[in-house]
Amino acid sequence: MTATRIGLLVAAVVMVTVPLWVPGDYYISVCSQILIYAIFALSVDVLLGYAGLVSLGHAGLFGLASYTVAVCLGAGFGHVAAIAAAIGLTLAGTAVFAALSLRTTGIGFIMITLALGQIAWGLAYRWVSVTNGDNGLSVAHRPAPFGFQLDAPSHFYYATVVVFVLAVLATWIFVHSPFGASLKGTRDQPRRMNALGYHVWLIRFYACLFSGFLVAVAGILFVYYTEFVSPPTVSLTSSAEPVLMVISGGSGTLFGPIVGAILIEIVKNVASAYITRWNMMLGAIFVAIIMFMPEGLVPGTMQLVRQLLKARTKTVATVEPTSSGPVP
Amino acid sequence: MSIWGVLAINSITFGGLLFLLSAGFSLIFGLMRIPNLTHGSLFMLGGYVGASMVLAYDLPFWLAALIAAAAMAAFGGLIERFLLRRLAGALQAQVLVTLGIAFIVADFCLMIWSGDPISVRTPSALAGGTRVDGLFFPTYRIAIIVIAVIVAAVLWALLDRTRLGAMIRAGVDDPQMARVVGIRVSRLFTMVFCLGAALAGFGGLMGAPILTVYPGLDFDMLPLALVVVILGGVGSLLGSLVGSIVIGFIYNFGLVMVPELAYFVLFLPMVVVLVVRPQGLFGKQAP
Repeated sequence: MTATRIGLLVAAVVMVTVPLWVPGDYYISVCSQILIYAIFALSVDVLLGYAGLVSLGHAGLFGLASYTVAVCLGAGFGHVAAIAAAIGLTLAGTAVFAALSLRTTGIGFIMITLALGQIAWGLAYRWVSVTNGDNGLSVAHRPAPFGFQLDAPSHFYYATVVVFVLAVLATWIFVHSPFGASLKGTRDQPRRMNALGYHVWLIRFYACLFSGFLVAVAGILFVYYTEFVSPPTVSLTSSAEPVLMVISGGSGTLFGPIVGAILIEIVKNVASAYITRWNMMLGAIFVAIIMFMPEGLVPGTMQLVRQLLKARTKTVATVEPTSSGPVP
Repeated sequence: MSIWGVLAINSITFGGLLFLLSAGFSLIFGLMRIPNLTHGSLFMLGGYVGASMVLAYDLPFWLAALIAAAAMAAFGGLIERFLLRRLAGALQAQVLVTLGIAFIVADFCLMIWSGDPISVRTPSALAGGTRVDGLFFPTYRIAIIVIAVIVAAVLWALLDRTRLGAMIRAGVDDPQMARVVGIRVSRLFTMVFCLGAALAGFGGLMGAPILTVYPGLDFDMLPLALVVVILGGVGSLLGSLVGSIVIGFIYNFGLVMVPELAYFVLFLPMVVVLVVRPQGLFGKQAP
């Protein structure tokens, strides 16, 4: 456990000191972007990793939150009202999403979320009177919570860190609660859970709502980060990215999606500086990871480390067979 | 009055194109349980390949359509043999691999054919219009309807009247039992995948004179195929046909009556079907 604590401490120190040692505002912004996508990936992981439900329509909900903020601000509402409306509307949208897609699980769920996500994209693209179509909507200024101006990249970064830590804590509590255990139960043994008297559908529905809440938070941060939202935010590529982050980092862990978000965002930002073929790379990484490391990078690496350690203790044990404790 | 007539013809035409796309999608899904997310990409790539054959090499339209179909069949066969086959049983992984390939294809097309829409002229024999019952209809659209009906009839005969069709139906209903009685289900997988890919590629060029071929066509068409299959029922040919025509009507009438929300109204039949009959109108089991 101490190793975990040291790891967390190092991560916290790195996260807090980023604006001090990172060269330039651009890279601080990239760090904010990583954290926003990590929240997005966590929301996908709640469903993918803990409920076994792959959503390919989450960008629809992400975009719903972003667009709601932009539309509300454009209509002259304040930041608090815009954010409250975004969370409320996204939760309502998630409820509709879940009510439809939870009629099935597995492949059916993927298909229905994909179709729903594309419908959200269609709305963003074609409902010009509200979304301004292809031109998108811009947000005039960032909010100033408790008088703390967020216009500078480092200030916005710190605000993102606070929200990110809260989101990770909330997710940790959520998945480690008895409810989280029952959610994992519905993933592994839905029939037995049903026989034990758990309401499988309702458990999944609540998990969807929690995921919807996280994605709303990510969407709100995103629209304040870019100060702009347009249809590509809602596209299928945008839904696939967090899924790739979760799968590449390792689904069903809290650490995996965060690592995945760091990796994919770095690759994306570095790649876009040199080549314009980001989608092709995204697709190729997708195919490669699923073909060669299907369990994800974090569990894959941990398994490798554990095997190495085991091999080591084994050699020690053969040298001195009686020194170790009772055989488990 | 005549506006509604033209709109109806357009709807049926679009339904015919959707049928070419979704029949293969539905068969692949029914037999292999894979929602092939490259299906829209095969449609678009078929359109691009065919359009290049017509524009750059000056080949006749129908020959180009056959080449596009053959090329997509080969490409689909490769995907099935070398990627999906290796992930047998891991359905989630198969879905995500097809999505990855779809991204690669989309970017590849953007790289080769640039971002400008490519339009293909209708074949000269079918240019102009035909007078039916006092109304004037574009001949090419009628030709698409005829072709869709022929494809539907051939597919029906193949599935319902031949030994191969019986084997495919057995594979759809109960793959394990089909294996037990000596049907090589894995070979059926490849054949059905190639057939579905060929139909999608063929449809891509057939649609080119009407829809043009443009980047994003793939993910415009894919959700339509999904909605058709959810509506009609997985693995059902009749379901694909009826679903395609219903969606063709809703989409085209939606475009005229509520242009901003046309994409949204497609959602309504899906909601109704999911609530009332989750397995689809003609489906046997839920997707």
